[in-house]
Amino acid sequence: MEQENTYRLRIPSRTENLEIIREFVSKIARNAGFSEEDVGKIQLAVDEACTNVVKHAYDGDTQKPIDVAVRLDYDRLTIVVTDEGKGFDPKAVEISDIAEYLAELRVGGLGIYLIRSLMDEVEYSIQPGVRNQVRMVKYFGGSPERPPLSPRSRRAQK
Amino acid sequence: MSGFEIRRKDDGCVSTLYIKGFLDAHTAPQLERSLQELVNEGRFRIVVNFSELSYISSAGLGVFMGFIETVRKNQGDIKLSNMPPKIYRVFDLLGFPLIYEIYEDERQAQEKFAGSGTSSVEDGR
Repeated sequence: MEQENTYRLRIPSRTENLEIIREFVSKIARNAGFSEEDVGKIQLAVDEACTNVVKHAYDGDTQKPIDVAVRLDYDRLTIVVTDEGKGFDPKAVEISDIAEYLAELRVGGLGIYLIRSLMDEVEYSIQPGVRNQVRMVKYFGGSPERPPLSPRSRRAQK
Repeated sequence: MSGFEIRRKDDGCVSTLYIKGFLDAHTAPQLERSLQELVNEGRFRIVVNFSELSYISSAGLGVFMGFIETVRKNQGDIKLSNMPPKIYRVFDLLGFPLIYEIYEDERQAQEKFAGSGTSSVEDGR
């Protein structure tokens, strides 16, 4: 367990699999000692990232894979969602002012905005047709500056 | 497997949808169909009761965005009620309380329609 702290799930790119992905990620986050509120944030962020893959990466091809990797470190949980689809420009769908955006009754891009709001760090690496990744980090205790806590004291703190 | 269910209750000119379970990109089309049915029937005064909703993602939120314009153009509204705190937090993160009236109880939302005559309600918060 100590030498391997990454959990992997490869699953076909279909909306019906979102639930399995959420369960997978939630169980790991919960066991690691995150609060229910944080578990909720993590599973929603991962759902949004995977929904984007299902909706946009493969033009509806439900045979193609989504890879979800969850890595547990002493101070953080890192989730990497990878696809081999057509990719996108994260800057092009960035919402700078949510109130203004909503006033226009637009919808696309809300997922990406949510991921940014829910996670402590978010990074995209896009290589269309080769490997597109979104890497999301959640720190225990919410802040990277906090001193590391053991899993037991993490639980006690929540 | 957890799922998603919708129940509908019509009371006079107000229709209430009770949504239950998990509302994500997989189940959002069900909600879309229910709202489309109401619109097709000319029922534009809609309350959505969230009390039994366990989960919502942006795909679910997007459904409301897809209908609000049509509904308001027809002197109606989509009012939301009985939102569990966990669900409200997602709405709040996205600034949805700026656009939608959210009530603690469905009766408040229904009464708001009753008191609105035929005009639309824009500022009942």
